[in-house]
Amino acid sequence: MKVSTEPKTDPELVEAAPSRGLTAVLMLVLRVLTAVVVPIGTFFLLWATFDFLRQERANRFVVVGVAIVVGVGGVFVLYWAMNRAVDLFPARIREGVRPYVFVGPCLVILAVFLVYPVINTLLIAFKDAASQEFVGFDNFRFVFTDSDMLRAIRNTAGWIILVPLFAVGIGLIYATLADRLLRGEAVAKSLIFLPMAISFAGASITWQLIYSYRPSGFGSNIGLLNGVMLGLGQEPVKWLEIQPWNNLFLMVIMVWIQTGFAMVVLSAAIKSIPDEIVEAARIDGASEFQVFRRIIVPSILPTIVVVTTYMVINSLKVFDIVFVQPASAEVNGTVVVAERMIRWFFQLDHNGRAAAIAVVLFVAVIPVMMWNIRRFREEEAIR
Amino acid sequence: MSSTAVDAPPKTPPKAAQDDALENAGRGGWFVRITIVVVVILWSIPTLGVLITSFRPEEVVNTTGWWTVFAHPFRATEWTIENYRIALDQGGFGNAFLNSLAVTIPSTVIPITIAAFAAYAFSWMTFRGRYVMFVIVVGLLVVPLQMALIPILRLYTQGASLFGVVTFPNLSLQGTFLGVWLAHAGFGLPLAVYLLRNYIGSLPSSIIESAKIDGADHFTIFWRLVIPLSVPALAAFAIFQFLWVWNDLLVAYVFLGGAGQNRVLTVALRELVGSRGENWHLLTSAAFISMALPLVVFFALQKYFVRGLTAGAVKG
Repeated sequence: MKVSTEPKTDPELVEAAPSRGLTAVLMLVLRVLTAVVVPIGTFFLLWATFDFLRQERANRFVVVGVAIVVGVGGVFVLYWAMNRAVDLFPARIREGVRPYVFVGPCLVILAVFLVYPVINTLLIAFKDAASQEFVGFDNFRFVFTDSDMLRAIRNTAGWIILVPLFAVGIGLIYATLADRLLRGEAVAKSLIFLPMAISFAGASITWQLIYSYRPSGFGSNIGLLNGVMLGLGQEPVKWLEIQPWNNLFLMVIMVWIQTGFAMVVLSAAIKSIPDEIVEAARIDGASEFQVFRRIIVPSILPTIVVVTTYMVINSLKVFDIVFVQPASAEVNGTVVVAERMIRWFFQLDHNGRAAAIAVVLFVAVIPVMMWNIRRFREEEAIR
Repeated sequence: MSSTAVDAPPKTPPKAAQDDALENAGRGGWFVRITIVVVVILWSIPTLGVLITSFRPEEVVNTTGWWTVFAHPFRATEWTIENYRIALDQGGFGNAFLNSLAVTIPSTVIPITIAAFAAYAFSWMTFRGRYVMFVIVVGLLVVPLQMALIPILRLYTQGASLFGVVTFPNLSLQGTFLGVWLAHAGFGLPLAVYLLRNYIGSLPSSIIESAKIDGADHFTIFWRLVIPLSVPALAAFAIFQFLWVWNDLLVAYVFLGGAGQNRVLTVALRELVGSRGENWHLLTSAAFISMALPLVVFFALQKYFVRGLTAGAVKG
C-alpha cells in the first residue's frame, strides 16, 4: 500500500490552529475549487489531445484505438491526479476536501447533462408553444384536463404498478432458481437476458411477429398469436386494438425486455449472500421456501428496492414501445404520459405542453425518492 | 431457528453423508428445472421468431408465419442467407462497427469509474451536503433523455452564456467521440451511482474500518478493497450500460450524425432499413448482427457473477 511508505507523524498535533474562521473560509474555497475547477481543467486537457481525432483522413483503426485508450485512461488519470493534488494540501484540510474530489466529477457532469436541461424544461413549461411568451399555468391546466392526458395518467399508473411487479417478481424467482442449477446456469440466465441485447428496431419488430393481425382475405396471418387462434379454429384478433387489454399486451413487451436486467442485478446480490448463512439455515432444517422467504429476500431487500425503483422510473419514462406501434395510441387508448410528452414536443410542436408533462413526471418520482432516502438513512443508522 | 445445530451434531448422520445432503439441498430439483425451462421457452419465443425470420426469403416472410418452418424444416426454399449478405454488404459497415466500439467502450468505462468514486464517497465518507447531493443524483434518474437532447445539442454547437458571461464555451463537441461519451456518461450516471451506492454501501463496515486502522487512505481503500469486492455489481452495470450504448440510436444520431466518418452501427443499420421500407427479412438479420457483440460481452462477464466473492472477505 502506498500510504505506509509515507512518514507517520501526525501533522494535526504539530500545527496549532491560529484562527478557526480563516480556516473555514479557506476550506470552503478549496472544496469548491477541487470539486469544480480540477475536473474542468482535466477535461480541457483531454479535449486538447483530442483535436487530431477530428482529422478526416486519419486511419480508422488508429483513431478508434486512440479514442478508446484516451477515453478509458483519461478518467483514471483524472482521479489519480486529483487525489495526488489533494495530498499536497495541509493535513488539516486534506480529508475535508477529499470527498469533494470523489463526487466532484459526477456532480459536474450531471449539472451539465441533466440539471441544466431540467432547469431549461422548468422554464419552458410556463411558456407558450414556441417558448416565446410566459403563459402562467396554462400548460399545467392542459395536462390535468385534456382527455388523452387523463387517460395517459391512468394508463401510466397501470404501467408503474404492473411492470415492476412482474419484471422484479419473475426476475427474483428466476434468479433464485437459476442459482441452484447444477449446471447450465449461465445459459439459463443468458436466454432471459437476451431481449436486452436486441436493439430498439429489433424489439419493435420482434413483437410484430407475435401480435401482427391481418383480416381474413388479406393474406395469411404472420403473427404467432393469430396463427394459434386460426389453428384453434377462431377468427384472428386485433390484439393491439382491444381496449383496455391492449395496454397489458404492450406491458408484456416491457416485462419481456426488463426482466433480464432485474434478474442479473438480483442474481449478483443473491451470490453475495455468504454461503454459511444459507447452509446454517438448512442444517437447522429450514425448507427451501423458508430459506427463500426468511434469508434470501431479507438479505437482498436493499437490492430489490433499488431494482423496483428503477423499474418504476423506467415504466414512468416508457414511450418507445407505445410510440412505435403502427396503430394510433390515441384511438386505441394506449397513450402514456412520456409518449404524450414526446408527441407534443416532436410532432405536435408545443414545447410548453411537452415541458409541463415532463415536470409532472419529475414530481411523480418524488415519493419514490423519499422512500429511498428514508432507507438510505436507516441503513446508515444500523451500520 | 431450532437448536438442533447447537446440541446435536455428533450423533446425527455420518459427516460425509451430511455434507452430501447439504451439497444437494436446494440444488437442481425437478421443480427448479421445469420452472426454468418453462420461463426460458416463453422468453425465447419472440427471439426465435426473429432468428427464423432473418434466415427466410423475403416473399416467404410476407406470406407465411415464421413458425410454419417447423412443418417442413428441410425445404430449401424456406431458408436463405441472402438477408445477411445484403445487410453486411452495405458500404462503411466495418467502419461503423469500429466506431460503435470507440463510442461504447469509453461510454461504459467513464460512467462506471465516476459513479464508483461517487458511490464510495456517498457510502463511506462524511461531508456536508451528501444527502442532498445523493437525492439530486438519484432524482435525476427520471429526466427523460429526449428532453435533454436539445439543450445539450445547443451547448455543443453554441455554448451557453448567462447575462453575457460565458458559462459554457463553444467547444464544437458536436460530431466528436468525446461529445458522445460525455452525453452517455451523463445519462448513465444516475443509475450507476444508485446501483453502486447500494452495493458499496452494503459492504461490511468491519472491512473498511480495519483497513483504516491499518493506515490505508480513502483512495487505497477504494482502489484495493472496494473495487475488487464490488466486481459483481460493476459487471452487472457494465453489461447494462454496454448494451444500452451499443443499441442506442437516438444519442448517437443526434451527436454524431447520420452520414459522417463517425457514424455508428445502429445508425448504419437504420439507414439500411430506412432506405428499403419495412423489410422484415432485413430488419431481423440486422438485429441479429448488432446483437452479436453484446452477447459475447455478456458471456464474457458472466464469470464475474460467481458465488462468494464477498463471502471470504467477511471472515477477514
